[in-house]
Amino acid sequence: MASLLRRKGKNLSLLLVYTLLVFLLASVLLYTQALRKEATLVLANSPEIIVQRLVAGRHAFIPAQYLKQLGDVRGVTYTQGRLWGYYYDPVVKANYTLMATGNKGLAVHEIAIGAGIARTRQLTVGDYLSLRNARGAPETLRVKEILYPDSELLSADLMLLNPESWRQFFAVPQAVYTDLTLAVRNPAEINKVAEKIVQRLPDTRPILKSEILRSYDAVFSWREGLVSLLLSVALLAFVIFAWDKASGLSAEERREIGILKAIGWETSDVLRMKLWEGAIVSLTAFLSGYLLAYAHIFFTSAALLTPILKGWAVLYPEFHVIPYIDYLQVATLFFFTVVPYAVATLIPIWKAAITDPDEVMR
Amino acid sequence: MRGSTQFTILISALLLLLAGTLIDARLRQAQASTRLAHEQALTRMLGLSDLVLATEARYTRHLSQADFHAAFQDHPAALDHFPSGSVFAPPTTLRP
Amino acid sequence: MNTHLLHLENVTKTFNQGRPNEYSALRGISLDIPAYQATCIIGPSGSGKTTLLSTIACLARPTAGRIYLREKPISNLPENFLAKIRRSTFGFIFQRFNLISGLTVLENIVLPAYPLGLPQHKLLQRAFALLDQFDLKNRAEHRVEWLSGGEAQRTAICRALINDPAIVIADEPSANLDSALTAELLEIFTQLRAAGKTLLITSHDPIIHEAAAIDMRVEMRDGEVRSIA
Repeated sequence: MASLLRRKGKNLSLLLVYTLLVFLLASVLLYTQALRKEATLVLANSPEIIVQRLVAGRHAFIPAQYLKQLGDVRGVTYTQGRLWGYYYDPVVKANYTLMATGNKGLAVHEIAIGAGIARTRQLTVGDYLSLRNARGAPETLRVKEILYPDSELLSADLMLLNPESWRQFFAVPQAVYTDLTLAVRNPAEINKVAEKIVQRLPDTRPILKSEILRSYDAVFSWREGLVSLLLSVALLAFVIFAWDKASGLSAEERREIGILKAIGWETSDVLRMKLWEGAIVSLTAFLSGYLLAYAHIFFTSAALLTPILKGWAVLYPEFHVIPYIDYLQVATLFFFTVVPYAVATLIPIWKAAITDPDEVMR
Repeated sequence: MRGSTQFTILISALLLLLAGTLIDARLRQAQASTRLAHEQALTRMLGLSDLVLATEARYTRHLSQADFHAAFQDHPAALDHFPSGSVFAPPTTLRP
Repeated sequence: MNTHLLHLENVTKTFNQGRPNEYSALRGISLDIPAYQATCIIGPSGSGKTTLLSTIACLARPTAGRIYLREKPISNLPENFLAKIRRSTFGFIFQRFNLISGLTVLENIVLPAYPLGLPQHKLLQRAFALLDQFDLKNRAEHRVEWLSGGEAQRTAICRALINDPAIVIADEPSANLDSALTAELLEIFTQLRAAGKTLLITSHDPIIHEAAAIDMRVEMRDGEVRSIA
């Protein structure tokens, strides 16, 4: 047992690399799982069907009279037009999502903003914000409300106006919407309804809630998006590393195995010792890597991962992810990091251990 | 021997911390209920369809609303030049 | 009572068999090694001394021929039996000590006993008895890299004796020792022989093979036994 703590330098560096790998993978895993769960919970409330109009393969404004036609489709209980668009604020070089709503009781030139905008532009309730409208004229807007700060994941870049102000600001005519949302009485009929919509209005594209949920699922799923990117790169690196370490079983190690064999150790004794060594390294590395990742994601809000998502964006939501942990994923991570390591290190040791130990006499 | 006891202590400490994370996760989940309620209310009221994960490009800000060719944005051979675009998989409809 | 502890019958050992660089280290050796005596294998380097020793001690298998230990053939046993024989019958003192660095003196000494699965207090009891005997008690917790040549030699001897072997094998034990330490080593060999061990030593150091402690001298040359005296 005591022999395992030898070669501290070498084992320590191995432990560090190993821990770092588990840390990275576990960080991504915990982060994406938490986001995925939250997306599923929150977006369960998004509209059952969103209808967009496509012109020449591009998203275009949808005529208001489509509302009526869609309302006539059987099974549709409620239709509404959405008005939303983007605004690039050159002052802070940030993109806002400008959305119209009649539900906030906003007067003309009154806005409700997400906490992200409030932070970026240093605004509080009652402050004024000047934006240049579609005709190039400045419009001064009064901040009436700041949206729940704890909902930044959904609202950081939102700026809400009343529909009249929105149309005026972007110079959008009365008779169109950005897209339309539908409520469907019976969830089992959603696909049927979507089919009918495409038949009646061939220039539209319905987006179902299930598709929205699926796209978020895909973004954060094991085999796709963010996870696969880091997972494959990191695992590959680790396999190379383990392989290198393994095939480069040093002459000294080989000699030691020879000595142990010569003084009466059986192959199985040597393997058992090395297995313990591997178990100690991998167990310690896995546990500390996982714990570091947990601390990283849930105590420091993924300080190392956010820059990747942030990219060049100036405005970025500040939020603490909620720890929803998928234990099966954690177990899989354990399996994928520990087993390749064990195999990669044990095989050469086994090879060295089954050869005749007479080398040590030379 | 000294080595083995040290190791046992280390592993037990780590396992204890691991158990700590489980409790911490439960506590945080409980704390998050008002936040989830707020988020759900906003989603319902505004008909929101996307999370604010990245605000640098249309197709990463509104993942589910991106148009059919959004993976290429401008023409099929255009390179994705936004960092966030490399992180998100293309829309499910575009994949073979 | 058969005093021939080991009996070799026409043992050969060929390396790289069938390849251009094939060479025979042992060419048909037949030899009896008596129990409770000190046997020294003498010869120039390359004469096959070390190969003979490792073949006898089950570190390598003979290419042909048979080796009997207490009248039982051991040359063709499977590996784990060989390991058991090595650990219970032989104690090894290697030319370069072959202590495992990074471990303490005590840990090195108990290594051969580890696969026996003895209770720890018994193991330590034995180890400390040996450390006492060889004047290493105050060195027990020192790492082996920091030992002097004589201490390392005595540590290696302690390790060879931990499992109370019948036969102690020493390959060029004086190669890394000065004459004073060699004298000390001979003294230890004399003690071991008196304690009923069979000693099997290779050496081309006249101080060793001409010592009074050696009962039998086997002279080797080119993989063959030249003379036995």
